[in-house]
Amino acid sequence: MSRVHVQARINGEETEFLCEPRQSLLEVLRDVLMLTGSKEGCNNGNCGACNVILDGRLVNSCLVLGVEAQGKDIQTIEGLATPDRLHPLQQQFLEHAALQCGICTPGFIVAAKALLDKNPHPTEPQVRHWLAGNLCRCTGYDKIVRAVLSAADAVRDGR
Amino acid sequence: MQSFAYVNATSVDKVASLLGRTWDEAQVIAGGTDLVGELKEHLISPKRVVNLKTIPGLSYIRQDAVALRIGALTTIADIESNPIVQKQFAALSQAAMVIASPQIRNVGTIGGNICQRPRCWYYRSEDFPCLKKGGDRCYAVAGINRYHAIFGGGPSYIVHPSDSAPALMALNGRVKIMTSTGPKEVGMDDFFTLPETSVRRENILKPNEIITEIILPNPTPNAKSLYLKVRERQSIDFALVSVAAMLTVVNGVCQEARIVLGGVAPIPWRTPDAETFLRGKKISEAVANSAAEAALEGAKPMRDNAYKVTIAKALVRRAVMALG
Ligand SMILES: Cc1cc2nc3c(=O)[nH]c(=O)nc-3n(C[C@@H](O)[C@@H](O)[C@H](O)COP(=O)(O)OP(=O)(O)OC[C@H]3O[C@@H](n4cnc5c(N)ncnc54)[C@H](O)[C@@H]3O)c2cc1C
Ligand code: SF4
Ligand code: FES
Ligand code: FES
Repeated sequence: MSRVHVQARINGEETEFLCEPRQSLLEVLRDVLMLTGSKEGCNNGNCGACNVILDGRLVNSCLVLGVEAQGKDIQTIEGLATPDRLHPLQQQFLEHAALQCGICTPGFIVAAKALLDKNPHPTEPQVRHWLAGNLCRCTGYDKIVRAVLSAADAVRDGR
Repeated sequence: MQSFAYVNATSVDKVASLLGRTWDEAQVIAGGTDLVGELKEHLISPKRVVNLKTIPGLSYIRQDAVALRIGALTTIADIESNPIVQKQFAALSQAAMVIASPQIRNVGTIGGNICQRPRCWYYRSEDFPCLKKGGDRCYAVAGINRYHAIFGGGPSYIVHPSDSAPALMALNGRVKIMTSTGPKEVGMDDFFTLPETSVRRENILKPNEIITEIILPNPTPNAKSLYLKVRERQSIDFALVSVAAMLTVVNGVCQEARIVLGGVAPIPWRTPDAETFLRGKKISEAVANSAAEAALEGAKPMRDNAYKVTIAKALVRRAVMALG
């Protein structure tokens, strides 16, 4: 099957790529664009390791086709830190030891970013409700929830 | 995934010509949260995938003097957060809230939610060529049937996976369908089909038809509705059993009732005996209990799923008490 030319804005940069209609956005990010921060856990919408923000909405990139990125704005985990500074969410995940093996971490951080973009001061139940689409098999979630709440405080205090 | 061509539809009038006469020819993609999974697991291998998201004006929630109209491409997240839906169509907003995960609600549409394919684990595995895929038997009959039907089963025993469908049915909804000869409207009660009439499909849609709109009549002044869902995991999970109910109660007396069970049958399952029993009754614990018994009358559990009868009775009882 012939490949399709797609243009999208990825982490603020105009990007062009070729993909087959059957390739998921996750495959395109990882295998075509070499943005391997987004992870493949389940490949079916259950784990959230592949989360990206598409036109301002959190999505599972494993359930979106690459061709559907045409004309869209996409933020991946690679877009969060600047060369000299981690994003507050990344910093707080480190400080709270909110990761062990780390495979779920990009997905959690992107999900939390989408939440804080919409709701800068979430309550703990709101954080838990929002992270329901992310699986972690190591940390037990509590440290992750604390890290997200601290990151919200850090953003508010301009840290 | 097999290769396919990806085609962007541009208008409702032209979509029939992009679709085919058979399901192997073309399939519709809305949010893709179910369809992409089906493609990956090789459950379907269409030549064309026709994208509805490029048709302008199919995502909206509008209310007029008689009804609420929801465009088929409206996302579950937009329905969940809509104040009119929250206030006047509680069953739908409560159902939307417990569908899948935030990520999937952000992408998944209401049209896709009611047309999603079954979750029977034999169906979802390439290794089991069951009746639903054109094979010669239903593996659930002799296999593990914990999550299968207690009503309306045979020859396939799937349960309909949609959370929104029971709510839309309890709210007396209708669907607008674009056919090759023009639009038509059918009640939710007549949209879904049992396996005994079409073992390979779950509704009346033909391969070249799409849903364009859901219509919910505005509730009467004393009507109230709700949706209750029991699932194994509190995060992402399909319903083991759910209930959607709309009751009209005046001075404690039930005037009208619509009660629909989810997770128990191949279609959202109306409970006419319970509804008839409730009409004219003063709501009490005893009445709610009898309604629950009436709702589950005639259930035919399989080897592993009798527990669904117990859960369904409890849900009907709670729903009647909460709305009474
Ligand atoms: C991990 C996971 C968990 C889930 N949990 C739940 C849950 O708890 N409750 C629940 O209800 N659902 C659940 N789902 C199913 C989820 O896919 C739907 O909720 C979603 O709404 C489907 O919408 P969509 O737009 O993505 O559909 P698509 O995947 O685009 O389409 C689904 C099907 O409907 C057809 N279709 C789509 N739109 C139309 C239309 N307008 N006219 C005709 N046919 C159409 C497609 O051809 C396809 O066969 C879950 C899915 C996943 C992956
Ligand atoms: S219940 Fe239906 S989908 Fe599941 S194995 Fe039986 S025929 Fe197939
Ligand atoms: S890899 Fe996409 S949700 Fe698990
Ligand atoms: S840290 Fe290992 S899965 Fe989350």
